Amino acid sequence: MTDIPATASRRQADHDRNGRTPEAWKGVAGEGWLRALLIALAVGISGLFLVVPLAVIFAQAFAAGIGGWTSNVVAPDTLHAIGLTILTAIVVVPINIGFGLAAAWAIAKFTFPGRKLLMTVIELPFSISPIVAGVAYLFVYGAQGLLGPTLDAAGIQVMFTIPAIFLVSLFVTSPFVARELVPLMQAQGTDEEEAAITLGASGLKTFLRVTLPNVKWALLYGAILCNARVMGEFGAVSVVSGNIRGQTNTLPLQVELLYNDYNAIGAFAAASTLTVLALVTILAKLIVERRAEGAIRRRGGGH
Amino acid sequence: MATALSRSRGVLPGFGLTLGITLFYTALIIALPIFALVLKSASLGPAEFWAIVTSRRAVATYQVTLGAAAGATLFNAVFGLLLAWVLVRYRFPGRRVLDALVDLPFALPTAVAGIALANLLAPTGWLGAPLKDLGIKVAYTPLGIAVAMAFTSIPFVVRTVQPVLEDLSREAEEAAHSLGAPDRAIFLRVIMPAILPAFLAGSALAFARSLGEFGGVIFIAGNRPFQTEITALLTFIRLEEFDYPAAAAIATMILVCAFVMLLLINILQFWAARHSGRG
Repeated sequence: MTDIPATASRRQADHDRNGRTPEAWKGVAGEGWLRALLIALAVGISGLFLVVPLAVIFAQAFAAGIGGWTSNVVAPDTLHAIGLTILTAIVVVPINIGFGLAAAWAIAKFTFPGRKLLMTVIELPFSISPIVAGVAYLFVYGAQGLLGPTLDAAGIQVMFTIPAIFLVSLFVTSPFVARELVPLMQAQGTDEEEAAITLGASGLKTFLRVTLPNVKWALLYGAILCNARVMGEFGAVSVVSGNIRGQTNTLPLQVELLYNDYNAIGAFAAASTLTVLALVTILAKLIVERRAEGAIRRRGGGH
Repeated sequence: MATALSRSRGVLPGFGLTLGITLFYTALIIALPIFALVLKSASLGPAEFWAIVTSRRAVATYQVTLGAAAGATLFNAVFGLLLAWVLVRYRFPGRRVLDALVDLPFALPTAVAGIALANLLAPTGWLGAPLKDLGIKVAYTPLGIAVAMAFTSIPFVVRTVQPVLEDLSREAEEAAHSLGAPDRAIFLRVIMPAILPAFLAGSALAFARSLGEFGGVIFIAGNRPFQTEITALLTFIRLEEFDYPAAAAIATMILVCAFVMLLLINILQFWAARHSGRG
């Protein structure tokens, strides 16, 4: 995009009334009716497919006015679901940040046999259907599961409780932070850390002063995506929570419950809060991407 | 690089600690549940397992799921390629907003997408009503399932093709263009071969995601056995009936399918990486 030398013709292009920009160039479908048609198709289909569903959510949520929306959001069960969703994120996101940092340090800064295999296993949850994840957890902690009888004998119930929601959420989002950090730390090598250690800094100090500043944007990026997924997870949590009204309902499950109760306004009011979260996530992701690019440029390409 | 890395084990601390944490967590949180599920299925014995996964109702769900996922992926292959092309090649007002919007299906919880699409395409919905007048039923049909799957997997093709299109060398294309080669020939002979591996990898990712999709689909599907019931939902229904062997067997089928797709995607991505490295 930036590899074309600045020329007079490009500066003229700034004033081109065909809407062409300095980056426009003579290539396939670079101008004319085909270009206009392709843009119109892309914008039209995206509008129909992405913007209209968004509009539906808010139109339905506010179908009974602002007062109707408010009374539905602060209904005790919905409020409880919001609280449980936030609590789950507070528990799960920091644990997966810790896991991501540990995994990235081990895999990116050292060589050992089986590194690739370990990374493949860490990324498995991305390929597993949420329902399968929920069923798999049932066969670990449930009454007919691997650990079920042992837990039962000890009087511990995990399945259909809030800890089960934490566990399955940990599974679903475990790769998010690790996946961002491993390639970046691998690209950055170990020279800076080695220099710090050689100069007498402790391992922890080296990590905090050298490694962490170098990966902070990637870490934040992974954490944002992890948080969005934890708060929005539906299928896996649906299996392990037992759907006890007002007790183990996270916000997405509450949306389902209200919708199946034919309470459309209530369902969409709850859904609108999750939609705002999604939009904030996209915005935060954009900001972090910009910052990360800036950081890489300042580091001179990160070598 | 390799020597620097192997030397670093002598200098950098924390290898044992971080590897220990990583292995422990991976074993407990990721591997143990998968192992438990496969173990449960294995304990059924081949005959019982086979009887469950080939039952008429299960086979009907495979047909519904595979058919809808294929349709959704076909749509996303074409639409995703179009979006990637338009976002990379053209500058127009609203391009940045469109680029950001592509991530919406990943950021939006599937249950929210599910009820929004069900409401939108129901016979009384904004789009459902005019479509009904045209004689097209979307909600509670396999078409509705395909639409939901298409929505939740939009970003895959766009995000895999976009970077390859951006890195595409312009010389060959511009030379061909200035020599008077028709656009279609340039697209098929120069551009398409370059983006093909990434395009196929993105399509495979979209297909894999559609096969496992649950929250986005169940609200619009209608969930009638033998007609609009997806495999993931049948697993869920077997759980609610306390038929744990059936739930385990069908979930294992979905898992095996996901692993086959993962292998295929890895092969495609390896090919894509080598391909762009050569280009």
